[in-house]
Amino acid sequence: MIAHFFAQLPALPVILPLLAAPLCVLLRHATLAWLTYCTVSLAVFGISLLLLVQVHVGIPISYAMGGWAPPVGIELRVDTLNAFVLVLVSGIAAVLGPYTRASVAAELPAERAYLFYALMLLTLCGLLGITITGDAFNLFVFLEISSLSSYALIALGTKRRALLAAFQYLVMGTIGGTFLLIGIGLLYIMTGTLNMADLAARLPAVADTRTVEAGLAFIVVGASLKLALFPLHAWLPDGYAYAPSAVSAFLAATATKVAAYVLIRFIFTVFGAVYAFGQLPLGEILALLAVAAMLYGSLAAIFASDVKRLLAWSSVAQIGYIVLGIALATPEGLTAAILHMLNHGVIKGALFCAAGALFWRLHRSDLASLAGAARAMPWTSAAFLAAGLGLIGVPATAGFISKWYLLSALFEAQQGWLAAVVLISSLMAVIYIGRVAELLYLRPAPDNVPAPTEAPTAMLAATWTLVLVNIGLGLHSAPVVDVVRSAAAGLTGGGA
Amino acid sequence: MSTFLGLYNYWIVVLLMMIGFYIVIGHDNLMKKLIGLNLFQTSVFIMYISAGAIDGATAPILGNVDAPYAHPLPHVLILTAIVVGVATTALGLALVVRIHEAYDSLDESEIIAACDTGDEPAAEHRDKA
Repeated sequence: MIAHFFAQLPALPVILPLLAAPLCVLLRHATLAWLTYCTVSLAVFGISLLLLVQVHVGIPISYAMGGWAPPVGIELRVDTLNAFVLVLVSGIAAVLGPYTRASVAAELPAERAYLFYALMLLTLCGLLGITITGDAFNLFVFLEISSLSSYALIALGTKRRALLAAFQYLVMGTIGGTFLLIGIGLLYIMTGTLNMADLAARLPAVADTRTVEAGLAFIVVGASLKLALFPLHAWLPDGYAYAPSAVSAFLAATATKVAAYVLIRFIFTVFGAVYAFGQLPLGEILALLAVAAMLYGSLAAIFASDVKRLLAWSSVAQIGYIVLGIALATPEGLTAAILHMLNHGVIKGALFCAAGALFWRLHRSDLASLAGAARAMPWTSAAFLAAGLGLIGVPATAGFISKWYLLSALFEAQQGWLAAVVLISSLMAVIYIGRVAELLYLRPAPDNVPAPTEAPTAMLAATWTLVLVNIGLGLHSAPVVDVVRSAAAGLTGGGA
Repeated sequence: MSTFLGLYNYWIVVLLMMIGFYIVIGHDNLMKKLIGLNLFQTSVFIMYISAGAIDGATAPILGNVDAPYAHPLPHVLILTAIVVGVATTALGLALVVRIHEAYDSLDESEIIAACDTGDEPAAEHRDKA
């Protein structure tokens, strides 16, 4: 019985949220829908942890969906890398459970709140599906599930500008998804298979054709659009700035990380690093774009006038760090990139949670409205500051660990000037986080508005959980680094 | 020359894709953007369907198993992609309706100008719905 349950484990992260979403719609009740969301996200988090433990000690799990053996049937394939991403995505979803209730009650009409949870579950289902599937076309389908529901989630924002932001994201996201579809189609035309492992085995025979090169280019551009890699980032600042707070926190912490996973999966597993970085100057292009993203994103964050927009621009910069690690194509670079996917997910989730708590009380998110808020909301402000220090990369925070690994990978690859750019971008993070901290702590509160009080305990608990995870990762990173190293080694073939 | 003409369906794919892409980028009207997006997606449908075609083949239907038949899998794949396209269009249209209610305009630059100047009416559009 137990063994039978464990054999079905890989299917559950996809199936549970997919079934729970229509359940939320049928329940038509905000509290019940919220309970469903919390239960499912916690269950999926537990399952993801079990899967990670299973693959970390053993071999990758292959699950034939519906009993059809791969490569004909759709295969769910769990290795250390995607089990790690599964834990990140489902963990953020579970932590945000308590947070969403107060945040949604403040920002959405009560009679339609249950639909919010259905959309969150669908996004979760899509993101987990992208991560766990071993089939290229299936990946596209899950990508569209998560994208469509996240467009709708962004459109729920309180300002009317959210509608335009969602529309712009829809246009760019659909182009990105279609580019992926073209790339997958070109690979299918050349190899006659859609299974990733099968593709990897059959591609070398036809690797020197223009079709496969075009396929690689389409897939990289499509994934980069979803990743919001500079200069394809235009949808991200508006999308995150105008979405409801809980949605900003969820998408900022997970969606771009899953897109980074897609990029890693296609480059390293399907095409192979030797082909992707040898045939085309992919490493140079990605490194250049990453540098541009780090500098431009940080600069835009410094000049932002809204705290959520500031955090969104900082996401554009942080994606640069992840892509820079990927561009190195060394085990060390990949370790840094995957570590930063987790660390940035946790840190940016905490920052958006804190920003959402401030918005919950102040009903505004422009920087001027934050003046002196630390006196009335000490816990929220302290959480923002602690997570902000993580973003900068201060020692004893998660951000320090991944930046340390990135810098040592860069020095090992003898790319000193790239390391300099990483440091400059980190210094720019000091400026924009410092601006917010200065407003929160050092400015007097305006007299004409009544002093705000502290955010609800549930929101604080979620925010502080993420902050503590951030500090925990910074103080005791060895187990996580161990997992990430083995994931990176699996991708680069044991260290080549 | 024969290769050039023999691949005519792929030339149509490229042409449609570029027309669609240009409409998405070049037009300010949100409806036209959606139409361009649809063209863009449709070109990919044709690409997949062309890939399944075989010269002189019949439809893959039980009964005429002896004759060569077209590869059915790309067609099935693209059915899924068509469903995705329909969902995207439906959501896009719903957003366009809401944007029109909130701004009385479908012109992207006008809407952005309205955002930059006027104060944001917080959640006003929501009460109408």
